[in-house]
Parts: sequence; C-alpha cells; structure tokens
Amino acid sequence: MTFSTALEAKFEKLLNSYPPGRKRAALIPMLLFAQDEVGAITGEVVNEIAGRLEITPLQIDEVVTYYSMLHREPRGKHNIQVCTNVSCLLVGGAELLEHAERKLGIRRGESTADGQFSLEEVECMGACSWAPALQVNYDFHHFVSPEKLDRLIDGLRKAH
Amino acid sequence: MADLVTLTIDDRTVTAAPGTLVINAARAAGIEIPAFCYYDGLTLQAACRMCLVEVERMPKLQTACTLPVAEGMIVQTESPKVVEARKSMLEFLLTNHPLDCPVCDKGGECELQDMVFRYGAGESRFTEIKHHVDEKQFSPVVFFDAPRCILCYRCVRICDEGMGVGALGVINRGAVTEIGPNMGDHLVCDECGMCIDICPVGALTSGAYRYKTRPWEMEHIGTICAHCSNGCKTTLGVRNDRIIRGNNRDRSGINGEFLCIKGRYAFDFTDHPERLQSPLMRKGGELEPVSWAEALAAVARRFLEVKERGGRLGVIGSNRTTNEENYFLQKFVRQGLGSNNIDHHRTGDVAALISALAGTTGALASTADLYSAKAVLVIAGDLAQQQPLLSFQIRANYRHHGCRVYVVTPGPVREDKYAAKSVRAATGEELAAVEGLRDELRKESELVILFGDAVRGEAVRRLVALGDSFGIPVKYVCLVDYSNSRGAADMGLFPDLLPGYEPAQTPGMTMPEMLAAEDLEALWVVGANPLKAAQLGSQYAFVVVQDLFLTETARRADVVLPAASAYEKTGTVTNVCGEVQRLKRAIGVMGAKPDLEIFGLLSKEMKINAGLWHPDRVFDEIRRSVRGYNVPLPVLATGGAAPAVPLNGHIPLEARPDLIRSANDTLFTSGSLGRYSKSLNSVMEAPGGLYRG
Ligand code: SF4
Ligand code: SF4
Ligand code: SF4
Ligand code: FES
Ligand code: FES
Repeated sequence: MTFSTALEAKFEKLLNSYPPGRKRAALIPMLLFAQDEVGAITGEVVNEIAGRLEITPLQIDEVVTYYSMLHREPRGKHNIQVCTNVSCLLVGGAELLEHAERKLGIRRGESTADGQFSLEEVECMGACSWAPALQVNYDFHHFVSPEKLDRLIDGLRKAH
Repeated sequence: MADLVTLTIDDRTVTAAPGTLVINAARAAGIEIPAFCYYDGLTLQAACRMCLVEVERMPKLQTACTLPVAEGMIVQTESPKVVEARKSMLEFLLTNHPLDCPVCDKGGECELQDMVFRYGAGESRFTEIKHHVDEKQFSPVVFFDAPRCILCYRCVRICDEGMGVGALGVINRGAVTEIGPNMGDHLVCDECGMCIDICPVGALTSGAYRYKTRPWEMEHIGTICAHCSNGCKTTLGVRNDRIIRGNNRDRSGINGEFLCIKGRYAFDFTDHPERLQSPLMRKGGELEPVSWAEALAAVARRFLEVKERGGRLGVIGSNRTTNEENYFLQKFVRQGLGSNNIDHHRTGDVAALISALAGTTGALASTADLYSAKAVLVIAGDLAQQQPLLSFQIRANYRHHGCRVYVVTPGPVREDKYAAKSVRAATGEELAAVEGLRDELRKESELVILFGDAVRGEAVRRLVALGDSFGIPVKYVCLVDYSNSRGAADMGLFPDLLPGYEPAQTPGMTMPEMLAAEDLEALWVVGANPLKAAQLGSQYAFVVVQDLFLTETARRADVVLPAASAYEKTGTVTNVCGEVQRLKRAIGVMGAKPDLEIFGLLSKEMKINAGLWHPDRVFDEIRRSVRGYNVPLPVLATGGAAPAVPLNGHIPLEARPDLIRSANDTLFTSGSLGRYSKSLNSVMEAPGGLYRG
C-alpha cells in the first residue's frame, strides 16, 4: 500500500528514532499518522505496518483494540469527543453529550450518514480546569455549553 | 559462580545464586508461593499479583516472581497482610468469572479453584451483572471461554516464546480484555494445544476433551507418543478403557511441558471405526474374518513350507513396534527361518552415523544437549514440522542461553528467525554449505549437528570428518521419522547388520530387493506399508501383514493379523537421540494382539524356539546382548529416558544411500497412522508442507 510522501517522510524519521531491534517502538505514532491520512486503521494499514515493523498483524491489533483513539472503522470527518469524567460530569458533561446526540441525530459511538460527524464519549482528557471540555479531532474546546456546541457544529457544517 | 546470597524466607535461612527470583528461591526450599502468571522459562509478566510477599523494609508488598534475592532479605510469604492481599486479588479475579466449575473441564485440576479454596474470597462484594461473552471456537482443537480467563498471558507467551508461533494475542482493555487468535476469529498455527495445557483455568479447552468427563474419573497413564521419533511423554487420560485425553500435566518426560498436536490429540486412531479387530484370510479372492487359531496355523504352515523348500522369504519390520518386538522378530527370522532377508523403511541413515562414529565416545547428542549446547547446526531438516520437540528445545536454548543456531536447509524454516546464520542449500549441496560456515563454526566451543535424510551414505562420513576438522567437541543427531525408527536400526532390522550394528555373516535381501523379486515366495510385513509406493514383483508371494488398519499393503495380503498399537502394549522404544523409554499400556485391545505376542504364538505354532515372548524377558536379553543397551532399569521403571549408545568398534558398512528415504511427514501427518486420526485431519493446516518457514 502506498502512503503520501509526507507520511512516508514521517515514517522514515520515526523508524530512525529508535535503536536497532527496537523498531516496534514506532508503532503507536505510525498508527496515529496512518489513521489521520487513511481515515481508519484498515486491514491494509495493519498488514503494511506489520510488514515494516516485522511484527504480526495480531500484535498490531492488540494495540489498536487497547487504545480508544485508534479505530478500525472510519469515523466522521469531525470526531466530537465529549468528556463525561468527574470534573466534566459535575458541570454538565453528561447533558452536553446528550445534547450533542440530539443535535446530530446520532448516538454516541455513531457517525452521521453524510460522514461529516461522529460522536464519542471519552474519559478525562486532562482539561478539567476548563470543564466541561470536548475535543474535535485534535482541537480542544473549553467551557462548552450546549449553545456553544450548537454554534461549533453549525460552523463546522458551514465550512463545506 | 558468584557467591551465594543468604536470605530468610518464612523464618528459614535460604541460600540462592544471585539473580534468583524469590519465588524460585522459596520453591527450592520447599515453600510454595502461589502464582498464576509466572511460568518457569517464560518472560516475566507480573500481571496476576498472586505471588505478593511481604519483604522487611519494603513499604509495599512485592511480587516474588520479579524480585531477585538480596543478601539479608527477610521475606514472609504467608503473613496476614499477604493472605489478605491474595484474598482481595481473588475476589477481583472472580468479578466476571462464571464459576461454572461443575461443568468446566478444568474443575478438579484448576489452579484458580485451588487458590480460592486456600485463600478464601468465599464472599464477593460485587453485585453487578457479570460481563458474559460466549465461548469461541478458535480451531477444531482449541476453544476459548473468555469469562473464565484470568489474563495471566501464559498462553500468549508459550505460543510466542515457546512455540515460536505467536498466534495468540490480547485484545481490548480492562474488563473486556480477551485472548484473541491470529486470524481474527480463528487460529492458523501449530495446533499443539500447549496454550490449553498451560492455562491455569478452564479458559482454553481442548476440542477433543471438552465436556467429556471429569478429571478425577480418568486414570492417567504416562507413556510415550506413538508418532514421531522425538519420544515425548504423553499422559493419556483413560476412562472405561478409552483414551479421552492426551496431555502433559506432570511434565516429567524429556519433553518437559512440550507436546505437539500428535502427542496431544492423535491418540484417536485407537478407536477408529476401521480398526482391524479380527484376523483376515483370503478366501475365494476376498479377505474374510477368521479366528486367530486358523490364521496363525495358516501362516505357520506356509512359512514352514517355504522354509523347507528353501524358497525366498522376505520380512519387513516396523518403525513403530517396540525394541522387544523388533529384536524378537529379527531373532525369529534369523534363527527360526534361517534368513537374513529382513529390513525396514529407513528414514535416515542411522547406520552410517554409528559407523562413522565408530570408536568415539560421547558423540551422540541427547534431547537435553539440544537445550544446553552452545551452538547447534541444523542440516536438511524442517525441525518445527518434523522434529517438533527438538525444535522446541533449540528455541528454548536460544531464549535462555543465547545458543547460536546455524541452519543449512533447502527452504525457509522456523529457526531462520533467530539463527546466527541461515543458508539455503539444495539437496546434495549441504556439505559445501557447511564448509562455507567453517570459520564461524570453528569459533564455537561446542556444537551439535542434526542432519536429515538428504545427508546419507558416504556424505555422513564426510560430515563427521568435517565436524572433526573443526577441532571442537561435536555431537550428532541423525534425524529419523517414527517413534521407533532408531530402535528398528539398533535392533538389527537390516539384512546386513545384527542388533547393535554387528555385521551379519551373509547379508540378506534389502526391502526394494524383496519387493522386486519375482520369485519371492513369502513376504511378512509388520507395521509397515511398503506397497503404498511400490508394486510387489512376485505374483504368487504369500503375504502376511500385521497392522492396525487395512493399509495398501494389507489389502494385498493373504493373511492380515490385527496388531495392538503403542498405547495398547508395554515395551521400550528408542527416540531419535537414542534415548530408551518405556511404553505403558493405557487401554486394552478388542481382538488385536501386540506384535510380540503374535510373533510368540507363531513361533510356538512353528515349533521355533526364539525364547520367551514376554516384553520384560526380551528386554533382559536385549540388555545383555545388544551393544549400548545395558541401560539402568530403575531409570526406565520410573518413567525416565536412558541413553543407548550402540557405538561399535568398527562397522563394515556398505553405503546404501538409495535405501534411505524420509517419509516427509509434516506436523499434521504421521504415515499410515495419521490417516486414521480424526483430530489430526480436522485442522485446516493439515496436511501442511515442509520448508515454508
Ligand atoms: S495451539 Fe499451539 S500454536 Fe496454536 S495458539 Fe495454542 S499454543 Fe499457539
Ligand atoms: S486463556 Fe488461560 S492462559 Fe491464557 S490468559 Fe487466560 S487464563 Fe491465562
Ligand atoms: S513431537 Fe513427536 S513424539 Fe512429541 S508429541 Fe509430537 S509426534 Fe509425539
Ligand atoms: S474530567 Fe473531563 S477533562 Fe478531566
Ligand atoms: S505470579 Fe507474580 S504477579 Fe503473577
């Protein structure tokens, strides 16, 4: 399988960052970068990376199923991750998540039919001081009220 | 060796080598520290926390399975704090555990049961609904019941490290963590069942055994595997005279914890519906059941006629019958029938090696040597496929001692992965390739060389000369195929060699000569299937076959005598490394007889005196008369392996490379016998192939 030259360059840098025999250490960043480009850790991605790191596809699956930010199925273009851990919960995280479900018409763990949005319930993201917090892909959003969330989603919708 | 460390465990003074783990130091002193995830010889996991101990001046409880001993250390293994911790750990382990012990295969021999019994956790504070996942079939022989799993990862490690397969992994996280197979929903692997044996609970279960019986309802009989030449001890679980299970619970054999699919599952040929249960005699062109008396009388009459006429008679012995049977057979034929026309299917050139090593001592490697040798050279053999135990030993040697492994094979093999050097060499070019490794090999301090059937005849002598030229101690293993291939050679199933490789006065006919001879008057085939690949030249030969099944050869027979299998008799067999071990009868037979008894009854019928035909008596004679076989009886009687070293002064041997032919069995085939094992044929990997890496 072929990746973009930019991604190949990243891989090369990663593979040269670890001592000989420790290639496997590059696994998680490689998966994250590949996921960003391909949209998901597809079977093809697994086999390709397994080959490059000389490990088995099963050893990659162990990692992919362990970390919730790695996924085998494509998610929405905008993956909204709402925190419902203690700090956020205390100031309306759960309500925020429910609001997002209503607004997008999907349940947590699902994607919209047009593939634009997906919604996830996540544990603490280390943004407790600005709770309730959520993340859209890699971007943090702080002190999110239902209204703020509406504006955020509408804005993203309009962007294309 | 560095000075020993002295420490105190449960108020007892204990000494141990530096680096020893507390769990092992305690074990050596007879103090058992409970452990789920720790397993001797595998990498450390420290996942289960069962081995927690209290160490003076250490603020928290420590895992004895990862803690090395230190001078003056004071350890408590059963203090109230420790006991309380274990109880809590067990309460956790039982959170989602189904506690279906009444139907679980492991019930009665389960480490989790034992621990809960010992440390309690009789009550649980968890009132949540248990997380349930349905049982999964990973393969016809491996099943997985996730809720029972305690996540010790022994299975994952034994498969990856011990087997070199790596077919199991850990999927998901937290309470929903599961063991997963390499193909997503099924396994493609060795199907060895090692993961099942090593599982402390009933999470991994055996396709052959699951839900069949309770462990305490079986008798457990430790005997030697009927299949390949490696001679693993398999413990057969027998109930109502049927074998229900093969496993390795006591690990007392030369194979330690190892068994391959054949030793574990392929006992089921014993009650295959096509098993012969009555003698057959050709009447009006068809083979029809007759009584033993009628069959034996007919064979005796025809053999005597041929003998009196001075007609040509050929005998083909077996790679699977016992030493006693092989010895008795050759004696019967040589003394009773006055002929040296006896041979067997030679799957490796053992005689050439014994001859090449004439006059040396200590040049035959044992199974244990493969685990301890500093360097190993594998020539023309796919060990993982054909010599699974030897492959396991070498892998363990590499992991534990950093053994340097050299490989010279025609195609990829499992050893490539960790070999110091792998060379591909076509058949006939092996020695040149070894020559090419000379510089590396000379630098080793010792070497064990294993060679397959491609190295035969004169090449064996050249290989030994090459080995000598390295100037280091070299030991050899001549790879052969079946459970007693080595014993067949040692017991003189040769036209030109008597037991112990003594030369015969007038060499008889070889197997191909017998099969080709148009004037052959009688052919007696014991536990072999030569007509699978060859035609019988003689139109009128009277053919007698002793076997378990109606093989291609048996179909051509005039009389077929049903024989008992290795699991149905006693006697000794000699493995590929020349280690003699004793078979223990696990079950009785229906209508069949052990080959030795058949020989005995025939000798009586023919009024030939070949001696008593009790296995112990015959073995006495072997010990007295066969070079190298004066092995200590207590070793055998206690289930041990005794090396037989039949090294002779000089063996005038005619090199006959043309007579050597490996059966090229894989991990999933076992000559004619393998065809009658349902388990062996049930897995998708069967029949498999050689040199696929
Ligand atoms: S049966 Fe053997 S090879 Fe297959 S998963 Fe279990 S341990 Fe690994
Ligand atoms: S299946 Fe058995 S051996 Fe494997 S992790 Fe679970 S309990 Fe341990
Ligand atoms: S390695 Fe050979 S002797 Fe051992 S269990 Fe397998 S077939 Fe039997
Ligand atoms: S609890 Fe939500 S970010 Fe920490
Ligand atoms: S045996 Fe020590 S943590 Fe499992």
